Amino acid sequence: MSVAFSDTARAEFERLLTRYPDREAVILPVLHLAQREFGFVSDEAIVYVAGLLGVSPAKINGVATFYTMYNRKPVGKYHVQICRNISCSLLGAEHLIGHVAGKLGVKPGGTTPDGKFTLSQVECLGSCGTAPVMQVNDDYYENLTEASIDAILDKLA
Amino acid sequence: METVLTTHFADDGYRRIDAYRGFGGYDALRKALSMTPEGIIDEVKKANLRGRGGAGFPAGVKWGFLPKDLSRPRVLVVNADEGEPGTFKDRVIMARGPHLLIEGIAIAAFALRVHLSYIYIRGEFVREARILAEAVAEAYEAGFLGKNILGSGFDLDLTVHRGAGAYICGEETSLINSLEGKRGWPRLKPPFPAAVGAFGLPTIVNNVETLADVPWIITHGGEKFASLGVEKNGGTRLIGVSGAVNRPGVYELPAGTNLKEIIYTHAGGVKDGKALKAVIPGGSSTPVLRPDEIDVAYDIESMAKIGTMAGSGGVIVIPEGTCMVRALSVLMNFYAHESCGQCTPCREGTGWLKMIVGRIEAGKGRAGDVELILDVCDNMMGRTICPLADAAAMPAQSFIWKFREEFDRHIGEQKCPYGNRF
Repeated sequence: MSVAFSDTARAEFERLLTRYPDREAVILPVLHLAQREFGFVSDEAIVYVAGLLGVSPAKINGVATFYTMYNRKPVGKYHVQICRNISCSLLGAEHLIGHVAGKLGVKPGGTTPDGKFTLSQVECLGSCGTAPVMQVNDDYYENLTEASIDAILDKLA
Repeated sequence: METVLTTHFADDGYRRIDAYRGFGGYDALRKALSMTPEGIIDEVKKANLRGRGGAGFPAGVKWGFLPKDLSRPRVLVVNADEGEPGTFKDRVIMARGPHLLIEGIAIAAFALRVHLSYIYIRGEFVREARILAEAVAEAYEAGFLGKNILGSGFDLDLTVHRGAGAYICGEETSLINSLEGKRGWPRLKPPFPAAVGAFGLPTIVNNVETLADVPWIITHGGEKFASLGVEKNGGTRLIGVSGAVNRPGVYELPAGTNLKEIIYTHAGGVKDGKALKAVIPGGSSTPVLRPDEIDVAYDIESMAKIGTMAGSGGVIVIPEGTCMVRALSVLMNFYAHESCGQCTPCREGTGWLKMIVGRIEAGKGRAGDVELILDVCDNMMGRTICPLADAAAMPAQSFIWKFREEFDRHIGEQKCPYGNRF
């Protein structure tokens, strides 16, 4: 099944092209755009982006798989990403990951059966002064406790 | 205490151009445009402004590496790929004072005769990227970016470019490859970016904080900036204190402030009244310190003298009761995850470190494992294209040198004495 950008995304793509001296420099921003449009970076999305830029799908796939933020598989409506690096761990991140896993009934990497939540452990999110931290889709949630995570997830559920 | 960057950060409106200009914002750009490019570079040299991204290279000297030949366009790339664990200061600048950075970029670009600039911001910082993009639009609107800036005839285009999740892209040649739409593999040097960088053009890559310091330097003069810090290390630094402290956060302090004072006076001391066990002083890659070593000036030279680094200004405080093997295991998982895989010593070495430290923590350590870790480190350091291998080996070595008995105890007892948890 082939995919295509909406008119808005198409316009954004055209605008991006004007910002760089080289067409291929838009690959990262266009993959972000593709993920926003299609929910994840599917094989079809890879082929589509390659077509837009006139490069091989292999090249686009090579780039897409290098970076952690491009989801090559579908994720839940809310992608709950909890930092497990040092500053967060010192303040209980491991415990929080266990807590969320229990609450959602999925292991890290898993998605709830209703497709609502995917739980991931991620490396440093660059917000160590407000650890423990998680990112849900685009948004950071900081100074987390079990209670605050429960409140956040309950609101999204 | 004199502050360069954070003076108005408590004011939420400061991120907007009107408030910023109300405090004299963009006056430094106006002044710079009346100076010669060489005059600006001289001020930055006099300021003893050292790169704030981690390596601490003198910014004015770096700027001097661009070729004299002006026939090819040049590029200024801002490294906003803040990813060194324990570091979270550039995010504060971008969220609270984006115009400081934009003004610094415009001044630096004029000094470097650059007309094309990018802010490469880590992909996770969606909110900060949005704030920056809005600020860039405001600056275009007000005539501080774009064509014929303030009637000077100087043109500059600036674009916010988001990364997509890769620690390695904080390394400047990897960042350049990523900006070009490639996998973030570091490049062999030479050629250095100043000769052949982004899009094959001469390129300077500077950290966010480094450039955000530039307007103040132009307004107040390089000597005044230099006088805020210590010899060879001018100005203030944004120091992020995290981990087990009472008041974690970003503190703007003169370069050379005592590390103990940073932790106990500014960050309020160790959380829950605990004793201090260890400090990782300048981001996760920097060699760890014991409590008896932290009475030291937090500047590049003083930290080098005791065998570690002020790095990216990220102080991570580890309290008593923490298993150092587990702490190292967290770091080794990170470096194994983030190795780009290009160089064998790093790709294999980080994997081995993760595995060996992991099995020691799991109670399955073998006699000789500690020596094996040190041997793997020897085979990584200085043997790769970029410093990621060193960044992984330095904590491994220093944790062992300074907390050896914990590793031996894990292996001897075949279990984690701390019960496999933090």
